[in-house]
Amino acid sequence: MKLKTILMATAAFAVASAAHAEDKVLNIYNWSDYIAEDTIAKFEKETGIKVTYDVFDSNEVLEAKLLAGSSGYDLVVPSASFMARQIQAGVFQKLDKSKLPNLKNLDAGVMGNVATYDPDNEHAVVYLWGTTGVGYNEGKVKERLGDDAPTDSWALVFDEGNAAKLADCGISVLDAPTEMIPAAMKYLGIDPRSTDPADFKKAAELFSSIKPHIRYFHSSQYINDLANGDICVTVGWSGDIFQARDRADEADNGVAISYTIPKEGALSWFDMLAIPTDAKHTENAHKFIDFVMSAQITADITNYVWFSSANTPALKLIDQEILDDPGIFPSDEVKAKLWVAPVYDARTDRAINREWTTVKTGQ
Amino acid sequence: MGFGSIKRYLVIIPPLMWLGLFFLIPFFVVLQVSLSDPALTRPPYTAIFTWDSWFPSGYIGDFENYAFLWSDSLYWRSYANSLKIAAVGSFICLLIGYPIAYVIARANSRTRNTLLLLVILPFWTSSLLRVYALIGMYSPNGFINSSLSFFGIIDTPLQLMQTDFAVYSGIVITYLPLMILPLYSALEKLNDDLIEASSDLGAYPLATFWRVTLPLSISGIIAGSLLVFIPSVGEFVIPALLGGPDQLMIGKTLWTEFFNNRDWPVASSVAMIMLAFLVIPMMFLRNTQGLKE
Repeated sequence: MKLKTILMATAAFAVASAAHAEDKVLNIYNWSDYIAEDTIAKFEKETGIKVTYDVFDSNEVLEAKLLAGSSGYDLVVPSASFMARQIQAGVFQKLDKSKLPNLKNLDAGVMGNVATYDPDNEHAVVYLWGTTGVGYNEGKVKERLGDDAPTDSWALVFDEGNAAKLADCGISVLDAPTEMIPAAMKYLGIDPRSTDPADFKKAAELFSSIKPHIRYFHSSQYINDLANGDICVTVGWSGDIFQARDRADEADNGVAISYTIPKEGALSWFDMLAIPTDAKHTENAHKFIDFVMSAQITADITNYVWFSSANTPALKLIDQEILDDPGIFPSDEVKAKLWVAPVYDARTDRAINREWTTVKTGQ
Repeated sequence: MGFGSIKRYLVIIPPLMWLGLFFLIPFFVVLQVSLSDPALTRPPYTAIFTWDSWFPSGYIGDFENYAFLWSDSLYWRSYANSLKIAAVGSFICLLIGYPIAYVIARANSRTRNTLLLLVILPFWTSSLLRVYALIGMYSPNGFINSSLSFFGIIDTPLQLMQTDFAVYSGIVITYLPLMILPLYSALEKLNDDLIEASSDLGAYPLATFWRVTLPLSISGIIAGSLLVFIPSVGEFVIPALLGGPDQLMIGKTLWTEFFNNRDWPVASSVAMIMLAFLVIPMMFLRNTQGLKE
């Protein structure tokens, strides 16, 4: 009898607390090096919500957790091209826009861009966006390729002669096949949005020709290595390369780093704030999204991580140095050459990843 | 059935439940996924049974994914390379571990405890940290390269990272204690009288080692080698952090299937076959050992 009483009391308590407001807790899963140092602290202070903040460095890792279900996270940051099929798999819930008054701050043009992935922007808002281009160590590249080094072109990496000369100071590329293969396709004059396996193959062959000169394939290590002078050219994400430049400046180690969006064009991508279907703290997640969309907080983040924001009123608060940098806020002429990633189906994904394995292993 | 035998059965219930919960059930889950098809759902694979309210009414799984593994040499090369790296890694651990275990087993009891503690000590830190420490040693601006260039021995940094050497040293650093401990326990039981007898009968020390010590410690050699070999085959962290991109290993291939291709069914088939690779030789070994005892 006693046991039964205890069980009933527990059940009653569970029902009562479920009806109650949710705990003051929020679990966020975001990209590494992708937020200002004080953002979380400010949010915790303003709302009294305790944030647990974890990081990842590839869309694939995030996706596996989301597809497995019960990830435990209340707010995640997938890239839009990955998010599109995650929405189809039922991973995300619709946002309650009445809880997001700061939504008005977002640039209609950028939100329109991502509506191709998420019709009517029902499930997510843009956190930051950027490009996948080339970062390089000015001194070391000049030393090896002279004054007319093609630092404004994919040829810096994809031309075998250039790659060979740069091999000793270190070339790295992202371990992200869906970004690297299309970039090589663009250099070859193929439509980077093509999903034809024959086109992937041509790009992979180009990569294989420069493979002996590539030091590693990795998606986060290059920030430190570029800053320390351990590598001199990287294909990477815009803001990461600017962070490397910033770290080198701070260390005052004589390493000068630049980022270019190659003149042939580059991939532009959008990272989205979205709430998983099984999130336990939906209310708090909405609060955080709205908090981040306030002009000052977005500006703080952009000033720290050097990725472009889609927040119009924040522009006034972003450092002039960042606003003037064509690598972060490109001119309309450059913008016209950027492309957005298509959403690949399973077969296309397998084809592109298999080519990438061939590039990396030679098999 | 007497009371004693009931008690005996009661005793083995917890380990059986443990095995069922953490080995058998996960095994059947992975087996089931390996027979299904990928799908854009959560979780991303189809069911292998059709259900008629509470009862399965039909089976729609197939061995398509296993057939697919035959179609591309990538998978067999990955298995072969993983088995090779694990075998070589275990052998290096044996070469390094045996003398260490021997010295510990022959030491007096006080030194022996200190030495054993030193062997176990690295286990108190995360193995990931130990692998990262190796990166600090091997990187172009790391400890080894900067000391060598400081003393003027080299001009350009040696390529130590992303090499086979780095992977093998990672395996040794991570798994050496697993080799030493079983070797130690086998060598410790070794009766000194036997060695004495051997030399009394005119055997040189080397002959004594080959014909007395080594055969008597064979159980430790097998146990230690298996303890190193098995986790090394499926190892992902060490090759991912220390190895080069051209090193095919089954752990990395599995990662690609699971994360990049989102193909859980093929990833599960890869895992099932890896399990077969490990379990069958082990059962074989167990049988031959059982015959001896």
